[in-house]
Amino acid sequence: MIITRPKPFAEIQSALQGKEKIFLIGCGLCATLCQSGGQEQVIRMRDRLVQEEGKEITGLAVLEAVCHVLRSKKELRAHRAELSASEAILVMACGGGVQAVGKLLTTAPVVAALDSLFLGNIERFGQFEERCSLCGGDCILNKTGGICPLTACSKGLLNGPCGGMKDGRCELDRQRDCAWVLIYERLKATGGAEAAALTIRGPRDHSQGLRPRRLVVDRPGVEK
Amino acid sequence: MVGLGFQQALEQNQFVITVELAPPKGTDVSRMLACAERLKGRVHGINVTDNQSAVMRLGSLAACHLLKERGFDPIYQITCRDRNRLALESDLLSAAVLGIRNVLVLTGDHPTAGDHPEAKAVYDLDSTQLLQVITRLNQGRDLSSRSSGGKPLVNGATLAGGTNLFAGAVVNPEANPLEPQIWRFFQKVAAGARFFQTQAVYDLERFDQFMGYARELGAKILAGVLLVRSAAAARYVNEHVPGVVVPERVVKELEPSANPLEAGIRMAGQQIRHLRERCDGVHIMAIGLEEHIPAVLDEAGI
Repeated sequence: MIITRPKPFAEIQSALQGKEKIFLIGCGLCATLCQSGGQEQVIRMRDRLVQEEGKEITGLAVLEAVCHVLRSKKELRAHRAELSASEAILVMACGGGVQAVGKLLTTAPVVAALDSLFLGNIERFGQFEERCSLCGGDCILNKTGGICPLTACSKGLLNGPCGGMKDGRCELDRQRDCAWVLIYERLKATGGAEAAALTIRGPRDHSQGLRPRRLVVDRPGVEK
Repeated sequence: MVGLGFQQALEQNQFVITVELAPPKGTDVSRMLACAERLKGRVHGINVTDNQSAVMRLGSLAACHLLKERGFDPIYQITCRDRNRLALESDLLSAAVLGIRNVLVLTGDHPTAGDHPEAKAVYDLDSTQLLQVITRLNQGRDLSSRSSGGKPLVNGATLAGGTNLFAGAVVNPEANPLEPQIWRFFQKVAAGARFFQTQAVYDLERFDQFMGYARELGAKILAGVLLVRSAAAARYVNEHVPGVVVPERVVKELEPSANPLEAGIRMAGQQIRHLRERCDGVHIMAIGLEEHIPAVLDEAGI
């Protein structure tokens, strides 16, 4: 899921300066699980904007998944009047969500309330860890014991630990395991260590992940 | 008195001495050149660091050129941290036309360790891949995958003149765990590394084990020797310089000494004597104490 964190309130204050009538949008998917843009956080934001900033909240909606543009469009129809009376839309969702709303509502500025951080796994409630960088094709997990060094190694090295590894820990953070020591241990436990040791993995093809990326899936039975 | 250049001395199985010099942070090269002058005739090669510890300094290539002009045999250190594959290949061609032949390839400390922590870390290639690139440049080809006309290339473009670089790499014989480091060592040899300069060696028993692997592969090994001025400096290195570990027993030996620098010079000299029978040479890292390297060599009887 997309991991998000609230922006400092001062930044939101500044972005909403001069805008008195605000509509709030939250997200029922990732931002709800991150406790950054679910029902509870949207209501808290409403109260804060009313009590501390004296804003008028025209309405609020926690959409099922803000980034689902088609569905969000339908869900926002029910709020047409409130939205047209608003001077700004504050979106408590990831950067994808903010831009989905921006595409749907073009009459008032859309303001992001969250910073988008990474694609994260939920390790335990409230603890998210990055395992995949969505690097854009050519996934090497099958060659590295199922652990992604582009993500887990802070230098993204493809051929083993750097000289900064110390007692199995990373040069950047001595609390964090060296990705290549983890890969080495995994391969030793599951087989394939020797083959991996003897293989030099070549340079990445960065032309595979050029931005912005797009994927169109052919639907079987549907004529193009 | 040293007569031969770095590569010839290694190939003729002499006990090779290299030292590490850092270019200045700025354009005043006088101290660097003065340090080099004091080493004239006593070392086979001078390594020039590439923004070491991710601290911005004068470029390694320009400093190597200045040393070359003054009759030294420089070893051009090149890291993967700051440049993508185009820049790395281009800089290696530049080194070749300046007559700089020895190259030491490193991954490079992460920018967050240095004085520009906000910088983008590149690591487009890793050190093993960069060694493969040098092997290819030596064959007169580059890493390009298509011609300037857009035609796909399988083995790179043919260069108008290739390189004849003598490439080396780094290995840490005291890494813990050791085995992943040995993997990488094997890969670097396969990728074309012909010599290795190691991180500081303290544990001779472990070093002997490591030399077992190295002898099997036929790689030339220069053991790292670190000169530190005091116990406090050693502790600082342990905390802040990635990849370097001064064991506690060495720190303790420096601690009570009235003149810890002198003790440090003596210990480094003794270490070189121990290493003399074990490997192909030593690489002296003095980190700011380069003026004292001649004293270390005196102590070692070299």
